[in-house]
Amino acid sequence: MKDKIAEKVLLIVALSAILSLVLITFFIFQQGIPLIFKAGLGNFLSVKWAPTNASFGILSMIIGSLLVTVGALAVGIPFGLAGAIFLAEFSSSTIQKTLKPIIELLAGIPSVVFGFIGIVILVPFIRNTFGGPGFSVLAASIILGIMILPTIVSISYDALLAVPTSYREGSYALGATKWQTVVMVLIPAARSGIVAGIILGMGRAIGETMAVIMIAGNALKIPGSIFDSVRTLTSTIALELGYAAGDHRAALFACGSILFLIIIILNIIAIRITGRK
Amino acid sequence: MTFRIGPRTSQIIAYSILLLMTAIMVVVLFFIIFYILKNGLGQLTLEFLTDKTREMGEEGGILPSILGTVFITVFALLIATPLGVGSAVYLVEYTRGGLIRRIISFGADCLAGVPSIIFGLFGFIFFVITMNFGWSILSGGLTLAVMILPTIIRTSEEAIKAVPHTYREISYSLGGGKLDTIVKIVLPTALPGILTGVILGVGRAIGETAAVIFTAGSSLGMPVSVFSSTRTLAVHFYILAREGISMPKAYGTAAVLIIIILAINFVAYRMMHRFIARYY
Repeated sequence: MKDKIAEKVLLIVALSAILSLVLITFFIFQQGIPLIFKAGLGNFLSVKWAPTNASFGILSMIIGSLLVTVGALAVGIPFGLAGAIFLAEFSSSTIQKTLKPIIELLAGIPSVVFGFIGIVILVPFIRNTFGGPGFSVLAASIILGIMILPTIVSISYDALLAVPTSYREGSYALGATKWQTVVMVLIPAARSGIVAGIILGMGRAIGETMAVIMIAGNALKIPGSIFDSVRTLTSTIALELGYAAGDHRAALFACGSILFLIIIILNIIAIRITGRK
Repeated sequence: MTFRIGPRTSQIIAYSILLLMTAIMVVVLFFIIFYILKNGLGQLTLEFLTDKTREMGEEGGILPSILGTVFITVFALLIATPLGVGSAVYLVEYTRGGLIRRIISFGADCLAGVPSIIFGLFGFIFFVITMNFGWSILSGGLTLAVMILPTIIRTSEEAIKAVPHTYREISYSLGGGKLDTIVKIVLPTALPGILTGVILGVGRAIGETAAVIFTAGSSLGMPVSVFSSTRTLAVHFYILAREGISMPKAYGTAAVLIIIILAINFVAYRMMHRFIARYY
């Protein structure tokens, strides 16, 4: 009897995560989607953002979000993969035991601290070296690239370690060097895990807010070069939610809905890829 | 004439590049920590830690933000820990594959990938406005609870899975029921692993900005009840830095954040290690 009740209670508790997800989806969409229909998709996909005058064009922000995400991946993928390969294949267990927690520590550093480092070091550096305002696509890409490293490293590392030792031995027996084995055997074998890590990193980059606000400049236009200021979907939400009302607030929730949709699709792809093994 | 690099040479080149890139990563991390501590440690006087915030943060200390951070985090843990551990117990002890398990896992995995600004939007419209909790410790704590739930579920699940099956079988053979076995045998054995998850959740909660700024607000007053609006350390730091109110105070606040995060990671790492050493 006691066990039966416990099982029922635990089932209800266990549904808390999925229930939260449903609630989040419902409230974000319920606040944002009606405005997209009311104002029309054409209005939303224009470049004119004047939400208090019924212009809800978020095209420049969508492009901004995509640009900084692609930039973050350009920084994060090579370094993340290099770190994962070095850790999994070229390190002794002592080095692994030291490096792994160090990289995990990177994941624990708050995003405002990354943004701050961007303001005091990276932005002045870009301004002095390349000219322009410094607050730019480039600054945001580099900082976001560093921020998504732990995700890419740890998931790719796990994927590499999961490749059976016999694959490595087979390759060495054929006379391949360690690097040849990595390129021709291990990376193809661990491909799905590596891709999942990159997709999750992409989700982190596109969803990051505070660090981007602090260093991207937030100008409302489509950037012409990587040294131009840029504004993302997330920055717009965080910059304006504090004072927005009425349709303006609904428009911010519409930005949130689009962002949420992108994230959920990326998550589902990543979950499917890792679940297939 | 084509120039080919031999396999030995390519191995050496590849190794050097990988080593260099990994080294750059580690250097960047240490540089961030070192830079913040170098500029911030000098600010950390007893007065800074125990004084009220004055002149929007230009003067005085950060006590209200320290208290606000502690209250919100503790509140979030009080909600998320039972839900997270309960979910993990159900996943490991009561499901064997099947649809329910897949739904619960999917929920936790998806929730883990949701960005903090979405939690901020949700907390704002649901807790602050719909439930009418206002900008408060209550709204902020509930929002953070939802955010750290997947961390606690996942780590607790691993910890409970790692408890050897023989422990459960011995308990059953002595006449223990399922619930008794879970409460008296499984959970105590899995405790270090569960605590690791909770500590990691604390780390996420303390460093969070986007999800709390729109749910707990940014009041600088001393928090007196769960309905008080408060400004957490991360939010205070963000406002100081972004509005250029005071760089020394910003560095000081950042140093406090970094020290807490370092301590949390160190403790979590040690615990995880002791736990792993015991069962693997």
